[in-house]
Amino acid sequence: MRYSYQRRTCAIPRAKMFPKGTKRKFSDSREEPVAGGEDVNQSSLAAVRMLSSYSLQRQSLLDMSLIKLQLCHMLVEPNLCRSVLIANTVRQIQEEMTQDGTWQIMTQALSAANAAAQCSADRLVATEVLCRQTEAAQGEQVPKPFPVVGSEGCPAKEVLEEEAAAAEVGMTMSTVSPQAPTSYLPGTFGMDPCWEEEETGEDDDDEEEEEDSEECGSGSEGEERERDSLVEDTRTAEQVFGTFEIKNPAPSPDPALEELFSDVDASYYDLDTVLTGMQSVPKMGPYDLLESLSSHGPSPLSSSTSCRSDLNELDHIMEIIVGS
Amino acid sequence: MAECISLMSASSFNQADIISTVEFNYSGELLATGDKGGRVVIFQREQESKNRPHSRGEYNVYSTFQSHEPEFDYLKSLEIEEKINKIRWLPQQNAAHSLLSTNDKTIKLWKISQRDKRAEGYNLKDEDGRLRDPFRITSLRVPVLLPMDRMVEASPRRIFANAHTYHINSISVNSDHETYLSADDLRVNLWHLEITDRSFNIVDIKPANMEELTEVITAAECHPHQCNVFVYSSSKGTIRLCDMRAAALCDRQSKFFEEPEDPSSRSFFSEIISSISDVKFSHSGRYMMTRDYLSVKVWDLNMENRPVETYQVHEYLRSKLCSLYENDCIFDKFECCWNGADSAIMTGSYNNFFRMFDRNTRRDITLEASRENSKPRAILKARKVSTGGKRKKDEISVDSLDFNKKILHTAWHPKENVIAVAATNNLYIFQDKIN
Repeated sequence: MRYSYQRRTCAIPRAKMFPKGTKRKFSDSREEPVAGGEDVNQSSLAAVRMLSSYSLQRQSLLDMSLIKLQLCHMLVEPNLCRSVLIANTVRQIQEEMTQDGTWQIMTQALSAANAAAQCSADRLVATEVLCRQTEAAQGEQVPKPFPVVGSEGCPAKEVLEEEAAAAEVGMTMSTVSPQAPTSYLPGTFGMDPCWEEEETGEDDDDEEEEEDSEECGSGSEGEERERDSLVEDTRTAEQVFGTFEIKNPAPSPDPALEELFSDVDASYYDLDTVLTGMQSVPKMGPYDLLESLSSHGPSPLSSSTSCRSDLNELDHIMEIIVGS
Repeated sequence: MAECISLMSASSFNQADIISTVEFNYSGELLATGDKGGRVVIFQREQESKNRPHSRGEYNVYSTFQSHEPEFDYLKSLEIEEKINKIRWLPQQNAAHSLLSTNDKTIKLWKISQRDKRAEGYNLKDEDGRLRDPFRITSLRVPVLLPMDRMVEASPRRIFANAHTYHINSISVNSDHETYLSADDLRVNLWHLEITDRSFNIVDIKPANMEELTEVITAAECHPHQCNVFVYSSSKGTIRLCDMRAAALCDRQSKFFEEPEDPSSRSFFSEIISSISDVKFSHSGRYMMTRDYLSVKVWDLNMENRPVETYQVHEYLRSKLCSLYENDCIFDKFECCWNGADSAIMTGSYNNFFRMFDRNTRRDITLEASRENSKPRAILKARKVSTGGKRKKDEISVDSLDFNKKILHTAWHPKENVIAVAATNNLYIFQDKIN
């Protein structure tokens, strides 16, 4: 029951982080950019640069903190004190970002990006996670406290199940060189996270369906790339802390497929039923459904290519069972 | 002036040899060390004798034993480290010595006894141990005690297990010599030394919902004279003093020590560097000392709102906090200790440096525990870290400090000016040069 996940090296460029001797003061470089200036003069440029530098530094710190939380040495129980301190740091950054408005802008951008990602097949799995996170983020303006799930047995597990989040999701971020800030919140669009999901243990089918119908079609593919690291999201941290609890759920079937066969009469798979002959008025059985989802026409339900290949397989199996 | 009297180190360095705790016993005659491999090594001071005038109280190995073994928690699929987190001596009550040693989960009471005499001239058995034929015994004799090579054996007398869900960070023997406390990240338990199947939980800061956890216990200690009083420190830089007579569960403290934060130096790392890594009462019981990442503070137990003395250990690291956060050094837990008279305090730093502060003269000194400087009877030279732009000769710049060489554990002899300093896998013992 080892927790393992794809790991990308996150190279936070040292030079960009903290110049030697710089004291990171809370009040540092918080100058408001000059509003309504016709020409961009030197001082406002400097202000923007300082502000973006601070935001970049803050973002780097946030990314670093979240990586630290994930990279627990799972052979031995992780150090609770260290985890609590890192979590508090993340929360602090999150609060500050909420106060200066960075947080809201980021989550809005993310929801738009997620909408675009919804319809993209190869991002299906990853965005399912993101969607859950965005919902949570949008629901709360005040950051939730990070759960530092301890090393205990049952109580912590209960917490995890309540959250209904996949506790096994491992995420990594890679910091691509930040683009030139186009707004006063350069940190938002500078990073390109890469989500790699470990297991979608407790997928919430209803949630995904709902968002599918709501947001599919809006947004552009380009925004997907500009998704900021969702690392600030409380859900992420909850999932991260969930790694303290080693869970190894049974792999769940593809949710789309589950949906597909939700109203199927299971007796149809019963060999006895099959061998006694076809019924006079056949119900809408699995075979019919499969036919309607054949590769001839466009799939009415899901665009997942993996889903389709599974259906073809089922098609084949059903042929054998039904004997036609 | 400090001189090196002993240097102990393993012949080949491996992770298991890293020293994780150092502690003198009540008389200072014995010095115990615990390491990452679960072993305890006890050193004994040589009696100064006329035969060997130069030995001058060297410490030599007295006993070595395996205290804890690695374990596996099957329920959580996690290993339990055998690393010895703390050793605390018990007051000596007979010829044997006793100590408590603990890893993350289990505390053990070890009895160390020595035999240096054996009896000879038994009536019923001969020298080989074979029983003598009773009909051959014609006279009675009194067995005599003859000296033999000293044999020291350690045996586990009590095992206090299954009382801690989280990692034990402290143990402390009470002044009543009957009870002791053990603290993990969220709870403090009180034990009786004779009873292993039960302990009283006296502090519990675990929140009902673990998501709300923001503070953990980092250290705890019993008051040296008042057996009902103890303190515990937290990761938020606070210390709570509790009186066990007030209630069975000491969740509400009697005193709360916290220094208000300096708003001008606030940063994202403020909380982390305020986390207290060690708390120690003075021998007098009037003061206590806390160690956070950059400083040591002395508190008067009668004043809760701020410490009476603050000593900067390595202030030059304040501008490096982000790098130290990145390489995890910011989470290093340094210990601190008082001298016997409570007039000086000592704590460790990086690059195998350790610092001593004289409370009366306000002088401080930085010394280095390294092989080159520590041949026997070599006098230690004061070191200095250059903070400004210009580096003087013999000074070391901040950037060339070795952060892998950290001195986390130090101990001071209870009566004399002899100190023990653990530098990774090496143990250095220094004493004041008298003449």
